[in-house]
Amino acid sequence: MGGYVLRRILQSLLILLGISFLTFILLYLIPADPARQIAGRSATAQTVENIREQLGLNLPFYQQYFRYLTGLLQGDLGRSYLQKTEVGELIWSRLPATLLLMAGAIVSELAIGLTMGLVAALRRNTATDTSLMVLSFVGVSSPQFVIGILLLYVFSVQLGWFPIGGYGTFRHMVLPSLTLGLLGAGWYSRMMRSAMIDVLRQDFIRTARAKGLKRWQVLFGHAMPNALLPVIAMIGIDIGLFMSGIVVVESVFGWPGIGQLAWQAIQRVDIPIIMGVTLVSAFAIVLGNFLADLIAPLIDPRIKLR
Amino acid sequence: MNKTLLAGAAALLAATALSPAQAEDIKQGGSMIVTYKDDVSTLDPAIGYDWQNWSMIKSLFDGLMDYEPGTTNLMNDLAEDYTISDDGKVFTFKLRQGVKFHNGREMTAEDVKYSLDRVANPKTQSPGAGFFGSIKGFDAVAAGDADSLEGVTVVDPYTVQIELSRPDATFLHVMAINFSSIVPKEAVEEWGADFGKHPVGTGAFSLEEWTLGQRLVFKRNEDYWRAGVPRLDEITFEVGQEPIVALLRLQRGEADIPGDGIPPAKFLEVTKDPQYKDLIIEGGQLHTGYVTMNVKMPPFDKPEVRKAVNMAINKDRIVRIINGRAVPANQPLPPTMPGYDKDYEGYAYDPDAAKALLAEAGLGDGFETELYVYNTDPNPRIAQAIQADLAAIGIKAEIKALAQANVIAAGGEPDQAPMIWSGGMAWIADFPDPSNFYGPILGCAGAVKGGWNWSWYCNEELDALATAADSMTDPAQKAEREEAWRKIFIAVMDDAAWAPVFHEQRFTMRSERLGGPDAIFVDPVHIPVNYDYVWAKDVQ
Repeated sequence: MGGYVLRRILQSLLILLGISFLTFILLYLIPADPARQIAGRSATAQTVENIREQLGLNLPFYQQYFRYLTGLLQGDLGRSYLQKTEVGELIWSRLPATLLLMAGAIVSELAIGLTMGLVAALRRNTATDTSLMVLSFVGVSSPQFVIGILLLYVFSVQLGWFPIGGYGTFRHMVLPSLTLGLLGAGWYSRMMRSAMIDVLRQDFIRTARAKGLKRWQVLFGHAMPNALLPVIAMIGIDIGLFMSGIVVVESVFGWPGIGQLAWQAIQRVDIPIIMGVTLVSAFAIVLGNFLADLIAPLIDPRIKLR
Repeated sequence: MNKTLLAGAAALLAATALSPAQAEDIKQGGSMIVTYKDDVSTLDPAIGYDWQNWSMIKSLFDGLMDYEPGTTNLMNDLAEDYTISDDGKVFTFKLRQGVKFHNGREMTAEDVKYSLDRVANPKTQSPGAGFFGSIKGFDAVAAGDADSLEGVTVVDPYTVQIELSRPDATFLHVMAINFSSIVPKEAVEEWGADFGKHPVGTGAFSLEEWTLGQRLVFKRNEDYWRAGVPRLDEITFEVGQEPIVALLRLQRGEADIPGDGIPPAKFLEVTKDPQYKDLIIEGGQLHTGYVTMNVKMPPFDKPEVRKAVNMAINKDRIVRIINGRAVPANQPLPPTMPGYDKDYEGYAYDPDAAKALLAEAGLGDGFETELYVYNTDPNPRIAQAIQADLAAIGIKAEIKALAQANVIAAGGEPDQAPMIWSGGMAWIADFPDPSNFYGPILGCAGAVKGGWNWSWYCNEELDALATAADSMTDPAQKAEREEAWRKIFIAVMDDAAWAPVFHEQRFTMRSERLGGPDAIFVDPVHIPVNYDYVWAKDVQ
C-alpha cells in the first residue's frame, strides 16, 4: 500500500511536470507578444524592450521555462500581465466559489442521476424507463451553455424564482449546480440503471428476499450498496469533467470561480493566468483520480492496490 | 434682439446643463450598481489603460487638469491656475491648497513631481510613458540614466514648474490624462506592485472594498475639495456579468448601468421598445474605423488606386450591418473632435468612377490583394462587405481574419499587410486633440517597424505642418491651430492614405433611479460614464 501511494505520487508529479511543459510550449508559440501587449499602443520601442527585459521574455525558451519552474517550486505562479496581481492570489481568491459550485454539482448529479437510474431499473422496459433514458441521453449530449441559458431564461427571467446569475446565497447556487451536474446525472442514471439491474439478478438478493425482508430493506440494504460501487469510483473522475465545465457554466452565470478567470484570461491572452489555472486544474484532476483509486478498496475489498 | 438672443442662450444652457434641477440643488446621497463582464485589471493610474478602468481611475484620482463633465473642454482640476511662458515651453501650475489624499495627508507640489517621475520611469512599465516625451529630461529617465525629470521643478509647496524640450500645444491635455494623476509616494511605496489594488488618490471617491472577481465598492470622499461632488454616496461595481445578463438585471431593477453597453444581440429589441426610450443614451465617440492601404506595397503606391478603394466602399451599408451603431466617415477625425471639417465631402460612393480611376492607373482588369481583419464579430462581417464592394470594381481581396495581436504585428511590418480593416484595434483618441489622430497613425513617427501607421504613409511636408501646429501653445491661437490641423487631415485625404469607413457611436442605458445630464453617461473623456456627476432620484 505504502509503495503504491509513493509510486502514484511520483507518477502524478511527472504528469504535472509534463503538463506544465506542454502548456508552456503552447503559450510560448502563440504569436502574441506579451511585452507589446503590456506596453500598449502608445509605448515607444524602448518601453517595449524594457518590459521584455524585466519579464525575461528576451531569454531563450528553456531559460524562460526554467525560470517559471523555479518560481513554481517556491509557490510563485507569477504575476498577471493585465490584472497586475499575483496569479496565486487571483486563483486562491476564486477557488472557494469553484469548490462550492462543484460540491453543488456533485450533490445534484447524484440526487438526480441515482434517482433516475433507480426508478428506471425498477420500472425496467416500461415507458417510464424509456423516457428516463431518453432524458439522460439529452442530459449527456446537450452543450452546457445551452442548458445554462435555457435554465436562466425559464427559471430566472420568466418565472423569477432564482436570481439572474451572481454569487452569494443558496438561491444563486441552484441553477449553476444543476447545469454543471446534468451531464454527470445522465451518466450516473445509466450506470445506476445497469448496475441495479445486474445486482437485482444476483443470488444474494434472492436469498434476502427468501428470508422475508421487506422490499425496501432488500433494495436499500442489499442492492444499493453494491450498485453504488462503480458510481463512487467515478466521482473522482468527475472533477476532470467539471474542470472543463466550469469555464462555460461560470461564464454563463457570472460565477466568480477559476473557470471565469480562465475564460477572461484566454480572451485577453493573459499567459500567466492561463498557465496557472491549467496547472491547478491538472492538479485537481490528478488528485481526483488518485483519491478515487485510494477509496475504491475501502468500499470494495475485492479491489487490491498493487 | 440682444434680449431674445440671451434668452435663447439661457434656454439652451438650461437644456444642456443639469436638468431638472440646477447643479447646486442636487442633494448628495444614494448609490448605484454598475455591472461589467471582465474583472477590473488595475486602478493604478500609471498603468491602467482600458476603457473599463479609465473612468474609475478618474473618480479615484485627480490630475492637474480635467474636462468639464460630458464635454471635451479642458478645465482646471488640482491646478488652481497656470501660466504658459511666451515661447510655450514653460508651464507654471499653482496648486489648490488644502486638497487631501484619501489617507489624510495634504497634496503638495512634491507629489506632482513624484507622480510624473514615476510614470516616466521605465521600472513603472507605464503604457503612457510616451505621452511625457516633451518634458525636458524625459529621454534620460526613459533610458534609465536618471530617476527624476530635469524639467519638473518644485518652486514652493503649491507651485510646480514644468519645462518642455519643445513647445507642445497638447501639454495641458497630457496633464489631464490618467497617467498624470497625482499619487502619494508613501502609499505607492507601501503597496509596491499592488498599488493598483490599493489605490490612494485625491479623487471624488475612495476604494472601500475590492473582492476579486466579484465586486468593487467606491465610497464618497467626504473631504473632496469640489463642493457638491460627487453626488452619490456609494457605487458598487459588480464584475463577471455577461452583457445580456446585465441588461436583464437592469430591466428588473437590480442594476443601474450596464458598463459594457447594450449587447449587440439585444440592441434592436431594446432600442425599439418605447418603454426604454428615455433610458437609452447615444453619444459620439472619438473613434474612427478605417481601411489602411500600405503605400509601400504596389499597387497601393498609386494614389488613384487608393482613391478608387475610397469610392468603392459603400459605407451606409456597413453602418446598417452593425445596426446603425455608427455614422459614416469621410475623414480621419471624428465629428466631436476639434479640427473636424464638417464641410468636407470626401469621396462619395461611386463604383463607376472608382473603376475609371483603376483604369487610369493601368489596372482596368483589377488585381488581387489581401485584407487583414481582427477575427471577432462584427469585424469579419464588415470585411466581407468591403470585400464584396471591392470585387464590384475588380479588386479581389482575400480576407485574413486573425487574432488581434497578429493583425497588429502584420500592420507593423513594411511589407506584410496590403490592407487592414482597423475595427476592434485602432483608433480611439487618448485625449480630445487632433494631434492624437496624426502622429502615431498617419505621421512618419508611426511608420516604423512595430508602429501603428499601417498605411506606412509618411509625408514630411505634413509632418512639418503638424509640428508647427503643435507649437501654437498660446490659447489665443486655438482657432488658428484647429484650422491648421483641419488642413492637414484634408491633405491626408487628398492622398487617400486611408479609406475612413465610420465613427462608432456609443449606446448605453441607465435605470430610472438615476439622474444627470445625458452627456455624462456617454462622456467622451470619462469613458464610459462620468461617475462623479450621476445622482440618485430617490434622495432628492
